[in-house]
Amino acid sequence: MKFGVVRFPGSCDEMDALLACRRYADAELLWHGDQDLKGVDVVVIPGGFSYGDYLRVGAIARFSPVMGAVQEHARAGGLVFGICNGFQVLCEAGLLPGALLPNNGLRFLCRQVEVEVVNADTPFTHGSDAGQVLSVPVKHMSGRYYAPEEMLGEMDAHGQIILRYRAGFNPNGSVADIAGVANEAKNVMGLMPHPEHAVDPLTGSTDGGLLFESLARHADALAAA
Amino acid sequence: MKARVLIRPKEGILDPQGQAVERALPALGFGGVSEVRVGRLVELEVEDPSRIAELCERLLANTLIEDFEIEVADEVTP
Repeated sequence: MKFGVVRFPGSCDEMDALLACRRYADAELLWHGDQDLKGVDVVVIPGGFSYGDYLRVGAIARFSPVMGAVQEHARAGGLVFGICNGFQVLCEAGLLPGALLPNNGLRFLCRQVEVEVVNADTPFTHGSDAGQVLSVPVKHMSGRYYAPEEMLGEMDAHGQIILRYRAGFNPNGSVADIAGVANEAKNVMGLMPHPEHAVDPLTGSTDGGLLFESLARHADALAAA
Repeated sequence: MKARVLIRPKEGILDPQGQAVERALPALGFGGVSEVRVGRLVELEVEDPSRIAELCERLLANTLIEDFEIEVADEVTP
């Protein structure tokens, strides 16, 4: 199976994401100006400041040519994984519910946090157990997840809340401590923490690798079926 | 035709920027100011004002978290 990592003007984590993917499968970069996803199985929208994050985070990137192809890929059931700015882009594109607002404290945050896997029955998390704690870094200015109460109730009922910050680790004021969510079909997921920065023992935690490994195995199993 | 779009955080959504401004005011001697909300003003020159609302919904505002108001200038003052 193959991962494709989209590079936008202003992306800054696409190389780490690419290297994280390559630990578990083939991976290549995709260009924001192309509509061709090069036959990849999983599209990764990486962190950074796509198109300068002008207007609102992720607001402009969602109109780039590649996002049309990503929308089609997602509609056909293809896997899409958005990290940090990628999460913001997917929310703006309407592929994920909710929105990301500026951090409560208004400061850029860069720190290690603990998140708990809420739903381990998804292509992104099946390599973990429900309740398992992952240590991963966050680094963002606009990571306060928000969804209206009614939407949150529906998301909860459909198992769309995938990751929550553990008590005391919610860094940004996210509603219900939400760190990562999926669409109802569970083929699109976004999260604010950076699993791609937690794949090598050198940087302290390898917990982020679980998500990439889960995706790689899921896509392999689909291909074999 | 000139138009202005005012975009503000929806009621009930915490606006830390507005809070920070509000907290700074007493130190400068401006007491009695509350409910400060910080939004955005977008100025536009449009040929067809009938499409501004659609443009706001698609790009200028995220209606899940923001409200917008459109002002169209009938007369352009120099």
